[in-house]
Amino acid sequence: MKEYFLILLSTVLVNNFVLVQFLGLCPFMGVSRKLETAAGMALATTFVLTLSSACSYLVNAYILEPLDIVYLRTITFILVIAVVVQLTEMFVHKTSPILYRVLGIFLPLITTNCAVLGVALLNIRHDHSFMQSLIYGFGASVGFSLVLILFAAMRERIMAGDVPETFKGPAIALVTAGLMSLAFMGFSGLD
Amino acid sequence: MLTAIIALAILAVIFGLALGYAAIRFKVEGDPLVEKIDALLPQTQCGQCTYAGCRPYAEAIAKGEADINQCPPGGETTIIALADLLGRDPKPLNPEHGEEKSKRVAVIDEEICIGCTLCIQACPVDAILGAPKLMHTVIADECTGCDLCVPPCPVDCIDMVEVKPALDEWVWDFPGASLKYPATAANRIPKTGTSQPRDATAHDAATKKTGTGS
Repeated sequence: MKEYFLILLSTVLVNNFVLVQFLGLCPFMGVSRKLETAAGMALATTFVLTLSSACSYLVNAYILEPLDIVYLRTITFILVIAVVVQLTEMFVHKTSPILYRVLGIFLPLITTNCAVLGVALLNIRHDHSFMQSLIYGFGASVGFSLVLILFAAMRERIMAGDVPETFKGPAIALVTAGLMSLAFMGFSGLD
Repeated sequence: MLTAIIALAILAVIFGLALGYAAIRFKVEGDPLVEKIDALLPQTQCGQCTYAGCRPYAEAIAKGEADINQCPPGGETTIIALADLLGRDPKPLNPEHGEEKSKRVAVIDEEICIGCTLCIQACPVDAILGAPKLMHTVIADECTGCDLCVPPCPVDCIDMVEVKPALDEWVWDFPGASLKYPATAANRIPKTGTSQPRDATAHDAATKKTGTGS
């Protein structure tokens, strides 16, 4: 139990995927302009990341390793992720048309979110068990959601603020992201 | 090598089947009424009805949120067609949303244009051609006469010019068209400016496609 908690803490804060490992930066910059969109994206990513983390573990453990074709890992994981994203898209389209419209193009773009493939591959590298993979994927997505929502809230404030002409737009957003990353590096003392 | 190919192929087939099943299970049925209403609207995407475009307005009508008399470009003919489709009473155009004008087309005064691209961004149907700091021009066939490009222009070089039906395009008014004549965008009365070929059904599809049938 303690071990699972540690994995969760480590992925959410200490080794945060966005701010410490610099994975999944495109949605981090792209969907963080409005809080509601960010929350929707966070939700969709959480679902996809957790599910694809578990699925890719199963595929790796029960198909790739017994058949001794682990060299096909990357392409297989991409396939798994694409399928999971497609399923999520259909599910969201059916259950919440508003969320579907808000997320728009970003929902299919989760496929190319490097954090998703990153988690699947890191699971293998860390020799995680099934439960550990699941927690690791969930933790990663919670960390991603936390950072994305915080960042979106900050960007909304900054938008209203008096930013110098030179820093307007993406520049100030990147500066903010850098400062946030700096703050999250401070968690490395927790290990 | 062979195991790898077979394993991946089987995996792909399984995923494909799962997705296919999900596509049936989570199928979303669009509202067929929205399609029908949308087909009657003039597709100028002008936003005068206070909705972002013709389709959102059609959705609002289907939901009962919007009234049928908010479309100035469509004018009386559209209102009658909508009333016919929805089984409501036709009513005069709501003056809050503008008045019915004859068919117009935007013309850019190319001497004055500074090439700021603001009108290109405003155009809902991509009828303006141009690049930054180069002169712009309007593709008259694509222009729906929606006026949206006029306010953003910083040098006021866009004029809305009325299009008069040429001799070979002019047709008689449909008898009784303004009273109750149905329904398609094709049999619009020339009062709204568009010149309609007499054989309305044959040209129905073509006019709808270019969006100038209104």
